[in-house]
Amino acid sequence: MSKHQFAAPQAGGLTAQYFDLDEHDHPEGGSTLLGFWIYLMSDCLIFAMLFAAYGVLGGNYAAGPGPKDLFELPLVAINTAMLLFSSITYGFAMIAMQRGRVAGVQGWLLVTALFGAAFLSIELYEFSHLIADGATPQRSAFLSAFFTLVGTHGLHVTFGLIWLGTLLVQLGQSGLTEANKRRLLCLSMFWHFLDVVWVGVFTFVYLMGTLR
Amino acid sequence: MPNHDQTWSPLLGRLSLDALPLHEPILVATFAAVALGGIALLAALTYFRLWGYLWKEWFTSVDHKKIGIMYMVLGLVMFLRGFADALMMRVQQAVAFNGNEGFFPAHHYDQVFTAHGVIMIFFVAMPFVTGLMNFVVPLQIGARDVSFPFLNNFSFWMTASGAALVMASLFVGEFAQTGWLSYPPLSGLAYSPGVGVDYYIWALQIAGVGTTLSGINLIATIVKMRAPGMTMMRMPVFTWTALCTNVLIVASFPVLTAVLALLSLDRYVGTNFFTNDFGGSPMMYVNLIWIWGHPEVYILILPIFGVFSEVTSTFCSKRLFGYTSMVYASVVITVLSYIVWLHHFFTMGSGASVNSFFGITTMVISIPTGAKMFNWLFTMYRGRIRFELPMMWTVAFMLTFVIGGMTGVMLAVPPADFVLHNSLFLIAHFHNVIIGGVVFGTFAAINYWWPKAFGFKLDPFWGKVSFWCWVPGFWLAFTPLYIMGLMGVTRRMRVFDDASLQPYFIVAALGAGLIACGIGAMLVQYGVSIMRREQLRDETGDPWGGRTLEWSTSSPPPAYNFAFTPVIHDIDAWEDMKRNGVTRPLEGFRPIHMPRNTGAGIILAGISTVFGFAMIWHIWWMAIAGFATLLLTAIAHTFNTNRSYHISADMVAKTEAERTRQLATVEGA
Amino acid sequence: MRAETPPRRLRTRSDHLRRALRGALALPLAALVSGCDWVVLNPSGDIARQQANLVMVSTALMLLIIVPVMALTVLFAWRYRSANTEAAYDPEWHHSTKLELVIWTAPLAIIIALGSITWLATHLLDPYRPLSRIDDSHAIAPGTKPMDVEVVALDWKWLFIYPEQKIATVNELVLPEGRPVRFRITSSTVMNSFYVPALAGQIYAMPGMETKLHAVFNKPGTFTGFSANFSGAGFSHMRFATRSVTGDAFNAWVAGVKKTGSDLDRATYLELDKPSEKVPVIHYASVSPDLFDAVVNMCVRPGKLCTGEMAAIDAHGGTGKAGLLNVAALTYDKQGREQVSSAAPGFADANLHRFVRDWCADNRPLRAAVARDTLSLARPDAARQPAPAHPLS
Repeated sequence: MSKHQFAAPQAGGLTAQYFDLDEHDHPEGGSTLLGFWIYLMSDCLIFAMLFAAYGVLGGNYAAGPGPKDLFELPLVAINTAMLLFSSITYGFAMIAMQRGRVAGVQGWLLVTALFGAAFLSIELYEFSHLIADGATPQRSAFLSAFFTLVGTHGLHVTFGLIWLGTLLVQLGQSGLTEANKRRLLCLSMFWHFLDVVWVGVFTFVYLMGTLR
Repeated sequence: MPNHDQTWSPLLGRLSLDALPLHEPILVATFAAVALGGIALLAALTYFRLWGYLWKEWFTSVDHKKIGIMYMVLGLVMFLRGFADALMMRVQQAVAFNGNEGFFPAHHYDQVFTAHGVIMIFFVAMPFVTGLMNFVVPLQIGARDVSFPFLNNFSFWMTASGAALVMASLFVGEFAQTGWLSYPPLSGLAYSPGVGVDYYIWALQIAGVGTTLSGINLIATIVKMRAPGMTMMRMPVFTWTALCTNVLIVASFPVLTAVLALLSLDRYVGTNFFTNDFGGSPMMYVNLIWIWGHPEVYILILPIFGVFSEVTSTFCSKRLFGYTSMVYASVVITVLSYIVWLHHFFTMGSGASVNSFFGITTMVISIPTGAKMFNWLFTMYRGRIRFELPMMWTVAFMLTFVIGGMTGVMLAVPPADFVLHNSLFLIAHFHNVIIGGVVFGTFAAINYWWPKAFGFKLDPFWGKVSFWCWVPGFWLAFTPLYIMGLMGVTRRMRVFDDASLQPYFIVAALGAGLIACGIGAMLVQYGVSIMRREQLRDETGDPWGGRTLEWSTSSPPPAYNFAFTPVIHDIDAWEDMKRNGVTRPLEGFRPIHMPRNTGAGIILAGISTVFGFAMIWHIWWMAIAGFATLLLTAIAHTFNTNRSYHISADMVAKTEAERTRQLATVEGA
Repeated sequence: MRAETPPRRLRTRSDHLRRALRGALALPLAALVSGCDWVVLNPSGDIARQQANLVMVSTALMLLIIVPVMALTVLFAWRYRSANTEAAYDPEWHHSTKLELVIWTAPLAIIIALGSITWLATHLLDPYRPLSRIDDSHAIAPGTKPMDVEVVALDWKWLFIYPEQKIATVNELVLPEGRPVRFRITSSTVMNSFYVPALAGQIYAMPGMETKLHAVFNKPGTFTGFSANFSGAGFSHMRFATRSVTGDAFNAWVAGVKKTGSDLDRATYLELDKPSEKVPVIHYASVSPDLFDAVVNMCVRPGKLCTGEMAAIDAHGGTGKAGLLNVAALTYDKQGREQVSSAAPGFADANLHRFVRDWCADNRPLRAAVARDTLSLARPDAARQPAPAHPLS
């Protein structure tokens, strides 16, 4: 190895050129939004797989009922509206955050949670009716793929609600700190992502299933 | 055989005393050995009062260097287990002729080869590669840690948790008897009713969470935390390959997660994704798992290509030839690895056009790979090659890997694959690329970066003994397999009718024995080096005449890596500094903001292990409780605001003064 | 058979190419393996022969680049070792457009050559493609019907059904030399792979699906066939003797089987289907004509709905909610290997009545199609279940 790197200090200019001598703390969480975005893309792939599975198996009714026999489009349309509204109200929460109004954020988050809970309740109602009729996930590959795709989305919404509740408490504790703002932004991405996925589910599973 | 009668109790689920393999002498002896060894280890840790040290300095550490080292330790431990499986297979196949049933009944042997594959890929190769990336990447890009230090710790422990479940299956219940990818319907409830496949599923799911998060973490780190001046085209090649690999991880592990989730739904809920009846499609599983599985092999080999690039250029004392084409080759491989998966099952009967498309895309991958090979070759050209251990492994790799590459392209020709698929030729091929590539590369990397990690070099004598056992051992073990593949011998056989094959298997077993000597020598090398560490000490931080930033800091690096963030003007940033006679700043230190250690990662992963175990054994109350605890602990962790601290300027000054003194002794010597 | 086909030169341009390459490059390899027991490279069937040639040709093509690379590696490693201070040392040399061009185009050229061969060979040697020649000097007259052999992979033995000869065997495959054979392959439980290295490359045997393989033996002999895909505990013993015999010997063998064998009806098949290992050769003098189709459609057991019928029903939109209780006829093995039947889930009477009402009031196209008799659900001779098998119908 060469030894010249250990030479006595000289040319301070070079040192300044090769080292950031006036460094400040990097703001914490600088990569959080990017990281969360990458996570969402990986989650998106899971949904892509479930969509693919539904695409492959969606026509295999195993001599049982198909989408036309099972889906009630008006109910699902209401459900879709619930989720879309919840996305809008989350948007209002973000506007309130920009303006620094904690109470506004909390209020809109609560409204969002209510819409989310309504969405989940309607979905559970739909599932329970299907199962009570005997259209269980075990009945056919089509139903397996349907319950798994829609159920996984519902599970995501459930975790979104738990996260939202946690954030409400954290907002109550410490207000709009940088950390909380970052969390609100992440949850916002998560929530809108679920909305986009649901639009896919509604179109691909329900609309194309019943109208085709 | 474990009880498949599905007797279930609310308290213990399927778990009962029958689950303990008391009737299999090999397992009882192994258990006794492991138990004694474990007790001795625990006693030693307690006696030397190391628990507090381990917990504070390692288990809860968020330092990427320590996490990287823990990954390597995990990989090494699991490597010994996976290799023990390999030895058992070689011995069984060397004796099971002429009606001799060998040492293993089918139930045990089928677990051995399944566990061997699963462990070597998920719990050896993956931890090695992830560990290397964790340790090296932040140092190479001039960062103080990764983007999400807590997540990094959590990822490691999730991987360890998966490994723990695989190990538990050895003594409690059974492992899968399906082959390492668990194709249904064989892995379905009808043909694998026991807990084996469930161990497989939950070990991989839990470890998969860790791998995916670690991939996200490293991408964010490489994208966001490079030192000023380090543009994408000035990143060290290892960092480039790490970026490609982590993109592959994030874009493929969710597929594995999804397909295993569907398999578990089939097994737990009775859905029909991969069943024969009710409209399920087992072929879909094969497609989906290989959509993950093919990128996976490039996840393993790409960073190793990066290792060889760093090693070649360092030990040839020469710039890497064709940096730009090296980078593009890595990116092309990354993209192509997604459109070749079907070559793993040409024999499923897709049409000729589909088969030839996937055959040709597979061959196309050999073009960028070939370009890389030439780049290493021309880096050696007009260099001054120092044959230290890392460089020896690199030359061994170059000579070995090309053969593996050639047999790989042969298998990519569909009609040729029809006669070689699932044969021992295939086994020899992928061991040729994985041992000749990933394993040799890992050894090159360990010998190369060990002084950076611990402050002293590895003993070269025992390293060379290991090298000269490993390389001929590999060829001795796998040449007979190539030949037997051409004789039409298929894989996963437990007993043989044809006695004329026995000599080949005996030679292969001798090869495995030679490899065992190589592993032994490697362990001796580590031990000897630790004992002789004062003679092997590296005071300079740059023992090999390195070219990239990790060699500009001390060995081992301080917790903060760099007192001042370096500014980059060249691809070989450190070489550039040395050439220009840049001196590091000796005053004006500032306090450094660092993440604080946390026990949340190991606790969450521990609960995940319990949850996984409960799911495997159908202990529903424990599963529910485990999941609830997991959720609550994770939420509680988000309330922890005390996540960072400052290393004071005085502290930094002291550490750096020590480094100055160290360098002065070298200069004086 | 062979004598009836007029010899015809069957050389395409690719054949010439392959021959030339083989002659020039692969001969040393061929010399190396001839005489050894390397059945994959030295097979007795024309398809396997061509596949082996492909192995040789691709190896030779790649050695064109592998050998120089390995030689250069050794040469450079030796020449530029640090002890050799005579050698040139150029630490900053890291780019050469000309060299870059070579290192990307040389592998590219090889892959273009190999890719073209791959495209042609994959189509020519597609296992689904009927044979066009017996060997490289004997073509097959168009329209010649190959001999059918139906192959079922069972746990853990092989069943071969000869529909023309109306016989069946277990763990013994006898084929007349020089006669093209079409294998129809399936499995009863899990995935296997049907492989006779001396005859032709392998293809998967999968439950509920049928794969095909066309092949021919050119030489008489006794060979081994086996499953090349792990299928569970008895996998190691899933091997069968394969004999290639003259036409006369084949006819004599068939006559012998007819004389000594028993009958393979559905009940016997279901008995055979149970897992067993190291099963000795069994001969069946007769076999239910629709057995193989029933195996593929997973409806050998009486009362099961054939998957072909199921697919036809599904293509017409299923059977509506009325079909929800129709599970016993569909259950094959999902709840266990020995699954015989599965009770329909217990539903309240009210529900049952509603389903009956639905079924009766149903006006879907399926019913119309069935009524018009335009919906062909399956082969007419298969023991069909009324679809859907409704408990109250």
